[in-house]
This record gives sequence, structure tokens and C-alpha cells, in this order.
Amino acid sequence: MFSILQTIWLTFLHLFHKAETVQYPEEKPYLAPRYRGRIVLTRDSDMNERCVACNLCAAACPVDCISLQATEDESGRRYAEFFRINFSRCIFCGFCEEACPTYAIQLIPDTEMGEYDRQNLVYEKEHLLISGQGKYHNYNFYKQAGVDMGVKGKGEGEMEEKPIDVKSLMP
Amino acid sequence: MTMVKIQIDGKQYEVKQGKNLLEAGLTLGIDIPHFCYHPAMGSVGACRLCAVKKFRDADDKQGRIVMSCLEPVTEGMIIETRDDTSKDFRASVVEGLMTNHPHDCPVCDEGGECHLQDMTVMTGHNYRHFDFKKRTHNNQYLGPFIAHEMNRCIQCYRCVRFYRDYAGGKDLNVFSSHNHVYFGRHEEGTLESEFSGNLVEVCPTGVFTDKTFHKHFTRKWDLSNAPSVCTGCSVGCNIIVSERYGSLRRVMNRYNGAVNGYFICDRGRFGYEFVNDEKRIRTIKIRHKKNDNQEEAENETLISLLKTELSKDKRIIGIGSPRASIESNFALSTLVGKENFYHGISKKEHLLTDTILNFMKQSSIRTPSLKQMEKADAVLVLGEDLVNTAPMVALALRQSTRNKSFETAEKNGIPSWNDAPLRELAQDEKSPLFVITSFKDSLDEIAENSIRESYDGIANLGFAMAGLLDTKAPSPSNLNKEHQNLAEKIATILKNAKNPLIVSGVHSGDERMVQAALNMAKALSSVNKNCMLSMVLPESNSMGLAMMPGKSLDDLASLEEIDTLVVLENDLYRRASEKSVNALFEKSKKVIVLDHLINKTTQRADLLLPAATFVEAEGTLVSHEGRAQRFYKALPDKEPVMESWRWIGEMIQAKEQKQEATWKRFDDLVASLTHELPVFDGLEKHMPDADFRMLNEKVPRQTLRYSGRTSMNAKVAVSETRITLDEDSPLTFSMEGQSEMPPSSLTPFYWTPGWNSVQALYGYLDEPNGSMKGGDPGIRLIEPAENDNTEYFKEMSSTSENHERELQIVPVYQIFGSEELSTKSPALAKRIKDPFIYLNPEDAKAVGVDDDELVHLEIDDNKLEIKVKIENSLPKGVVGMAKNFPEMPFVMLPGYGRFKKINS
Repeated sequence: MFSILQTIWLTFLHLFHKAETVQYPEEKPYLAPRYRGRIVLTRDSDMNERCVACNLCAAACPVDCISLQATEDESGRRYAEFFRINFSRCIFCGFCEEACPTYAIQLIPDTEMGEYDRQNLVYEKEHLLISGQGKYHNYNFYKQAGVDMGVKGKGEGEMEEKPIDVKSLMP
Repeated sequence: MTMVKIQIDGKQYEVKQGKNLLEAGLTLGIDIPHFCYHPAMGSVGACRLCAVKKFRDADDKQGRIVMSCLEPVTEGMIIETRDDTSKDFRASVVEGLMTNHPHDCPVCDEGGECHLQDMTVMTGHNYRHFDFKKRTHNNQYLGPFIAHEMNRCIQCYRCVRFYRDYAGGKDLNVFSSHNHVYFGRHEEGTLESEFSGNLVEVCPTGVFTDKTFHKHFTRKWDLSNAPSVCTGCSVGCNIIVSERYGSLRRVMNRYNGAVNGYFICDRGRFGYEFVNDEKRIRTIKIRHKKNDNQEEAENETLISLLKTELSKDKRIIGIGSPRASIESNFALSTLVGKENFYHGISKKEHLLTDTILNFMKQSSIRTPSLKQMEKADAVLVLGEDLVNTAPMVALALRQSTRNKSFETAEKNGIPSWNDAPLRELAQDEKSPLFVITSFKDSLDEIAENSIRESYDGIANLGFAMAGLLDTKAPSPSNLNKEHQNLAEKIATILKNAKNPLIVSGVHSGDERMVQAALNMAKALSSVNKNCMLSMVLPESNSMGLAMMPGKSLDDLASLEEIDTLVVLENDLYRRASEKSVNALFEKSKKVIVLDHLINKTTQRADLLLPAATFVEAEGTLVSHEGRAQRFYKALPDKEPVMESWRWIGEMIQAKEQKQEATWKRFDDLVASLTHELPVFDGLEKHMPDADFRMLNEKVPRQTLRYSGRTSMNAKVAVSETRITLDEDSPLTFSMEGQSEMPPSSLTPFYWTPGWNSVQALYGYLDEPNGSMKGGDPGIRLIEPAENDNTEYFKEMSSTSENHERELQIVPVYQIFGSEELSTKSPALAKRIKDPFIYLNPEDAKAVGVDDDELVHLEIDDNKLEIKVKIENSLPKGVVGMAKNFPEMPFVMLPGYGRFKKINS
């Protein structure tokens, strides 16, 4: 008998507490910049696609929801011919971002991806690509790599000597 | 083989004497990192990565570092591979190599199957201490096959050792010194060797990569693979074919210790692109009335048409093909009946192949595998331009000439794997190789004698040698002194050799020459029991087809009228003169053609059916050695494209008005084949059938890392579709299944823990460069007979006297251009020369033409305009003519013709 009254009293007291409920979507909760939400493909500082279609994100993906195909432009720059993420399968683990050697694929603090039709959760490259650098600025893979794919010439990279003249006899 | 006891990492092992420590370790499954050692090329100790610690005896606690690839195994040896000193040493070697290695992996085609990546992980190097700039190199254009990215080089010298030392290439070399060392050509240009594609597999990093693969690049782990057999020539090299997103991505070597070993030729590696051709026949096409156009049709229309066209009262003729599997050919022969089955090859080719097959069946001479050819210590090549007709045989013969140097080295205490001192000691010492052909040959440079003769001359020499070896053999009387001496020399050398080998073939199209070769083999076997004979055939399944009863294409000429003609994967315009093929089609009321690519024959079809290529079907091919090998599907079915045997099964069903399918599964077809033709018994007995399971599971075509499963088809339907079922083979289009050590003939890819590169193969072999575990794939259908029942061919009179005023024209085959399907591959097509004729300078002078000028050539009924190439090696009166080139009319060769200069 006493415990019933105590419970009713406690419930009554709650009427005067501050409400915990947030009025979503009018009011949005704070999501940290490193929150693992929607996946985007970013661009480098020259506004070129960062993705070099290396397939590492797809390999790291535990649910195999990323597929892509590599191709190259006239200057030999490698990029993704198509890049598809099936968000109906994605578990937002962030492994793809960790695997990405070029900072191309990034998870952003956006979780509002609800759809009525599951087919709409299949994102192609045009849906994924944003016009910015995302979280990590000023990294351009092609300036670090040894290959000449139209971004810098041979030996013009940040940590590169000039190409060797094979016919020279100098040591 | 004597065994020695050694101790590695505290464990006792027994290993073969005469091996080096690295080989022994890899055989035992101990991962010793290495770069420059390659099982087929031996050790040179260039990379210093395979360092291990060796102890003097049990009391020695200090030990010393040795290079395991240069250390022969000795009794009681004590080795430590995991001690700190040797581990640090190896890690520092990799760190040194990595100072200049670019940050390329994400865009490098080798990434994921890179020996350097594997070794870096294996040695444990993970932090870069070197804080200075990397050296860079400029790249070269190396032709349509190979891409060059010199920055990635780690100076292991494997490329030049393969290209120059192993394959005899001239135009790849090493330049400059110290860390400027550069591997490339003296100037930009196409790599000339016929085996250049192997650089892709030999190079431990991404310096040399496959350009055709780059166009639709896929990581190794994303490929869906199947074991397959090359259809480029009659050798039957084993290959791995790989698929992604429904198209064929690349061809890699599949190890077969008895056949191709570690290497394949460029026709096999780069000739695959025709499978993805946009002009592939992918729909059923029907021509309703003569002279109408072919129109796309539905399957139902086709079936009702087939019912009428194949009804029992009609005369149906079937033409098979030497490039289709035995099963497809057998299906056709079942449809039309044995008496109406034609092989689809010219009368001459039919006769020659038959002669050879009968000889092989009745004689006690062994037809060697490529591996055995490499062991031959005296070789005679009679009239066959091997590098163009059977490239891997030429490569094997190249190795055979080294046998003498192995002997000398052994006397001097140098084991056969110790490559550098061995070559230094050997210098130009070679086992005898004699090349008797009509024009220059790539083997000339390593031959003891290369003799240039007309076909008659070659045959005469063959007959003469046979006569010298065995007095019972017929011998020509009119041999000149020089040839007589030569014949004596060669005969004596072959007679005294331990494993003499005679190589010839049917590409000459000359009956006398084939008979001379067979006579010679028989005569040689009467004095030397170890003698071997290898006869090269024209196409991938020429031997299999010959083992089936059937007539030649020319025999069709005698038929008055044909109701329905069924042509299986065969462009008849490449086999007989345009006139005779036209006549054949005109007397056929309905023509049904099954093929992959549009050609002149498919254009004549009233019913054109899309047939699956060798990567979309399963089937068996018999190589010139008599080895039956099966290929499996890599690409899942794409309706309405079907395997030829399935189409023909439907035809039989229509013909006999049956309800159920003729052969439900591939195995049903194989069962009726072996029932009907017992010669193929081995196929059912020894090849795993579709019910074969490992631990109750199928063998997966895909790796465990296969990515994109839930996404690749999501654009079409977000709910995942069921995988394509494969009821015809023990393989599955999935990553699930039992992928650990399937039978060698079912191995779709190589992967062992720690080894992602092609070097993963070590785990699949009983020893490096040995056999696959559980035996090499393939079954030899023809074994030498116990008692020799062959008889000598009588000397035929030569035919040349009747053609006094004309020149003899002999065929010149080319590795790129003479094989039908590979010429449709864009990269390979870039390597095809314009059609040409070789002309001796004197003959050219007589006509008044110069190099690269056009001439009118009249041969039989053909009039051609063709480019002249002056060729000094040709004997006078003999003309070589490009054979089977695309867009060239069929000409029966050898033949006789005349020339006229075109006045511009």
C-alpha cells in the first residue's frame, strides 16, 4: 500500500521537472564533427575529385555495400567511373573512411536519410560527391604519389628529386 | 633423390639434396621473404632479403647471416629464420628499398597482389626513418601490352633475367648504375618479345603492369576467377580467366608443372578482349527468306523453326570446329549422325592431323610435355616456325639448350639453381639444337646449325637422316655432299643424346615433311629408346577433333544438295576458298551457324545463334601432346547466349520432338561422349564432375575479400538477387565454399596466408617449379604403345618439278595475326603487321621490286595485292606468305604462284 502511494507521488513530482524530450526535427541535437553519419565523397583544394578508385573502402566494408569501377581521364588521372553505396545496408562503421588513403570518403554528422522507398537509399557518385574538402583540408594525393597523372610532373612532388638522366655518367 | 636432415627454427626436417635453403624452406611452408629468386630462373643473391642465420654446429651460439637462396642444404645444417639479427637485417633491407618507393599503392595496378607489399608486411618494416627526397625516373612507352612506371622499381633484376636470359629478348635491358639503375628499352618502343606479358607476373612491384587490364582495372580480391585453358594454339597452356561486373577482365598464367609452368605467351595473355567485343553475337538472328536481312528473334520463334528445319526426313550436315570443345563437337555429331559430321578443316589438314594421330597411337615414342621438352639434350626442329605457331614450345626449347651447361656446372660443383656463376661458366656452351626451316627463326641464335631449305629440301634431309639412323627407312638418293654431311652430323648427335627430341608440325601443310619427321622419329627410336616426338597442330582442339570420326571440309563438295547445314564455331572462309564455300552455302537450303563474333560465315546464316566463348562455357580441349584439359565458366550466363552444346541439345530436342532436354547438365553430355567414344574415357574417370564437393561444399570462384556484393546490382534492384547457380561444374559464383587447396584442375586463384601476390603459388606446389599438389591438371589420352606398330612412309616423289616457271609459296604464321579470335582483341590487333610476302633478294630483283613495295600475286584463282618484305634467309625460289591474317582471302599453302610488280 505504502509503495503504491510512493510511486504515485514520484510520478506526480515529475510534472514539475524540466522535460527531457527534444522537439526534433524543429530542434536538433548536437552531433560532433566526427560523428559517423552520412557518407560523402570530397574534393581536394583544386576542387577535383579526391577519390582515386583504389577500392580500399569497398574491401574494408564489412557489409560489402560499396562498389565502384576505376577509370581514367585524358591526362591519366584515375577516378571512379561509378561509385555506389547501398545505404540500406550501410552500418556506418566508418571503416571506409579509415581505409581511404586520400581522405576522399568521409562520414559527416548528418543522419537524416529516411526514405519511403528502399531503392532511394542507393546513392550513386552524383549523390555522394560534395563540393568541398570535408573534415581534412589541403591534402592532394596526386601531389604525394610518384605517378604523373596530370596533377604534377615526374619529380615535381613534394618529396621528390628531379628524374634521373639515365645517360649521364655522373655519380 | 637423396634426402638430407636439416634443422630450421629448432625443428628437424628432411629435404631434397641439391636444393638451396630458400627452395627447401618454401617447400616446407616456411615463409622466407625474398625478391630476386624465381623458381624458374634460380637464384642470384641480388636483393639480400632472404637472409637467415646459419650456425656452425650445436655449440655455436653466435651464428652468421647467410643468403638462403645461395646456400645449398647440407646434412645437419642448423638454421634460424626468426632470430632478431636476421629479422632486423631483413626489415632493414626492405626499409632501404622503400626509401625510394613511391606512395603509389592506391593507384598502382599491382596493389593487392604485390610481392613488395607482402614482403614489407612479412619483414615487419612499418616506419620510415629516411627523411630525404625520393629518386624518380621517367617512364617509357612499351607498346600496347605493358605499362611502365619506373619509380616503383626495387632493382631485383627479375625482369631482365626473364626477358633476356630466359626468353631470349633483346630489347629490354638495364642502364646506369647505383641507385640510378634503370630497366627499360634503349629508346621508347614496343617490347618485341613474344613473352613480354610475363613481366607483369615476374616483376615483384608495379613497374610492369598489364595495359589491357588497366582499362577496366579491378583489384585481385574483387575478381571472380575460373580455371581455364588457352585457345590460342595447340599447346593448351593453363590460364586463369577473371570476371568483374559481367565482363572478362584479364588472363593470368595458371601453373601446370607439366605444361606451361610459370609463363604464357602474349597471344594467350592479351588475346582475350574479343570476349568483351561490342560486336559479339548476343541475340538470336533469323533470316526468314533468302536475301532478306537477319532479324532479331525470340527463342520461341527459333524453336518452331528448328522443329521444321531439323525434321527427321531432312538431310542435315554438321560442320565441327577445331576451336570448339570436344563436347560441343560431339553434340553436333550426335545431332547429325556420325556419317554427316564433318571436321570443318581442309582435306590436307585433316589428312596430316590424322597421320600424326595414328602414328602417336601406334608408335612407342613418347610425345613429351613442355617440361620434358625442357629436359631434352638434343633437339631437331623440322620445318616449324615454333615461336609463331606454338610459342611456348619455342620457349621450352630455349631452356633445353641450357642442359649441357647444367652438366658442366655440376662437374664444377655449381648447382643448377645458382644462375649467375652457371651462366658465367657456360658462356656459349649449349646443348645441340638444329633448326631446319624455310626462313629465319627466333631459335636461330641458339641453334648449333640453322639450315634454310625449300620444303622439298627439308623433307629430303629428314628422310636422309631417317635412312642414316635405320637402314630400313627409305632414303633419298640425290642428296648433295653438304646436306649429306649435315644429315650425318645431326643423326649422330641425336643417336648419342640421352633425351633427343624431334619437333615438327602441320603448319607447313606439306605431307612429305610430316612423313619425313615421323620416319625420322621412328628410325631414331630404333636406335635410341628415349627419343621423343612432338608434332605441333594448328588449333587448340585439333587433336580432340581428330580423335572423333568425321570427314574433311573438301568432302562436302561431292554432295548434291543439303537441306540444313549446321556450322559450329567455324569461319569456313578461313578454311577453304571463297568459291567453294559460297558453293556450299548455295546448295544448302538452310544454314544454322553458332558463333561468338560476326564473320563472313555468320553473315551467310539463316539462323544465327549466339554461342558462348570459352570463358562462358565449360568444355575440354585436347592439346597436341594428347592432354585433355577442361576449362570452366568465368562469366555467368547472359541470355540468350548459351554454350554451343546446349544449343545443339535444344536442336536435338526439337528434331526428336522430345519434352525433356537432351543433356540436362554438362556431365550428362560427357557421359554420353565417353559411352560413344571410349577414347575419351579418362574425362569421366579422372575429371571432377559437377557433384564434386570438398567438405560438402563447392569451390568458390571469388576470394574471401570479394567486395561490393550488396551494392553491385543495387542500382537495378536494392534487394539482392540470388547468385547465378552453376549446375555444370563444381565451382560456384560466390565467395562462399571451400577454397582451401581444391584439386589442381579446379584451382580458380592462388592465395595463401601472407602471400597475396602470384607467389602465393608456393603453397599449391609440392616444391617450387615442381608439380601441383595432387598432380598437375589434365589427363593424357594418348600414351605410347608398348609395341611399335608403325611402318615407314615410302618416299614420295616431290612435286616441285611440275612448276618450273612459278615460285613455291609457303605459309608464314605470325603470333599476332594468324589466330582468328585473338585478332579481334584491340590491344593485340595493334601488333598485327600488314599482310606481307617474304621474298628472297634475287627473286625480288627478278621481279624488280624493293622492300615495302606492292606486287600482284597470282596463286590458284586468287589475285592479291600484297606488300613485299625482302628476306635474306629464304632460299631462292621460295616465297613466304602471311597466313590466316584477318581480311586476307584463303589461299591453300604451300602452293605455286607468280608475281608482277605494280607500276605506280
